Amino acid sequence: MSRVVVVTSGKGGVGKTTTSASFSTGLALKGYKVAVIDFDVGLRNLDLIMGCERRVVYDFVNVVQGEASLQQALIKDKRVPNLFILAASQTRDKDALTLEGVEKVIEDLKEAGFDYIICDSPAGIEKGAQLALYFADEALIVTNPEVSSVRDSDRILGILQAKSKRAEKGEAPIVEHLVLTRYNPNRVETGEMLSVEDVIDLLSVPLLGAIPESEDVLNASNAGAPVVLDENSAAAQAYADVVDRFLGEEVEHRFLTVEKKGLFKKLFGK
Amino acid sequence: MALLDYLIGQRRKKSATVAKDRLQILLAHERSERNTPDYLPKMREEILAVIAKYVDIDQEKLQISVDEADGFEVLELNLVLPENS
Repeated sequence: MSRVVVVTSGKGGVGKTTTSASFSTGLALKGYKVAVIDFDVGLRNLDLIMGCERRVVYDFVNVVQGEASLQQALIKDKRVPNLFILAASQTRDKDALTLEGVEKVIEDLKEAGFDYIICDSPAGIEKGAQLALYFADEALIVTNPEVSSVRDSDRILGILQAKSKRAEKGEAPIVEHLVLTRYNPNRVETGEMLSVEDVIDLLSVPLLGAIPESEDVLNASNAGAPVVLDENSAAAQAYADVVDRFLGEEVEHRFLTVEKKGLFKKLFGK
Repeated sequence: MALLDYLIGQRRKKSATVAKDRLQILLAHERSERNTPDYLPKMREEILAVIAKYVDIDQEKLQISVDEADGFEVLELNLVLPENS
């Protein structure tokens, strides 16, 4: 059974593409066959974050419009087996995607034996974002512990619950998961940042994981390698936990509290 | 003065608490609006236009809400007429 997972947030710049890249890579590392689709037509970036920007020949819109086959457009990841990327079109306008076209691509991916189809949503609540979430079975709500991001996440939750295929057909609702990114336990402790409990309380969505704010995320983007592959990084470990919890494993939450540095680490650590 | 700042700081609300309080109020308001039918704002205007033909009313004094009670949808209209009418 394949599952369609949308990575969405409403607000831009909160870490949707970073999360899509690491989440899909993490699932593929577990042995699942994964396709990750960039829905941000005109502003594609998933290819860049995953380091395959120079291998894009055909894109999502080409497939939807029948100009290329799915097999031609899927880019095989060079690091992880069973991981495929479908890039967004950079030149077409955003009306190039249609509901029927997207449905066909998702159905074809299911038929091709993909276990997980990850839809990286564009920011906003317009057509692109609505198409990205329409066929979803599950949703990762990417939120920063910050007022505007929480508000926009709540807005997108309303759309998930009202305008998705599952909602329109009266089927079981989309399973919602909260992924709190750029989390800074130091600032939470001093009362300057909303805590995980605050955000869970406000949005009423169960927490899949909190990703600590980390320099490694920018370094990973610079290099074009999903941060989850940087095994020594706290952000990578947090994303690996997210994948494990998504797959049903009970993993204790980490990186939620301030790390107490010992004298040795204070003197010699970074 | 550091001690004074510290004591004042104790009394001042932390910014995260302010953020949470503001969001709680805002989200409750936005969620209640989300469930109202699309036609409500237009219907409100039309009802107001009809009433305004007969009574001089304050546009802001008409409240319309749709609630659900015991399986029925209840349309509630609330209008305060001016005292000298």
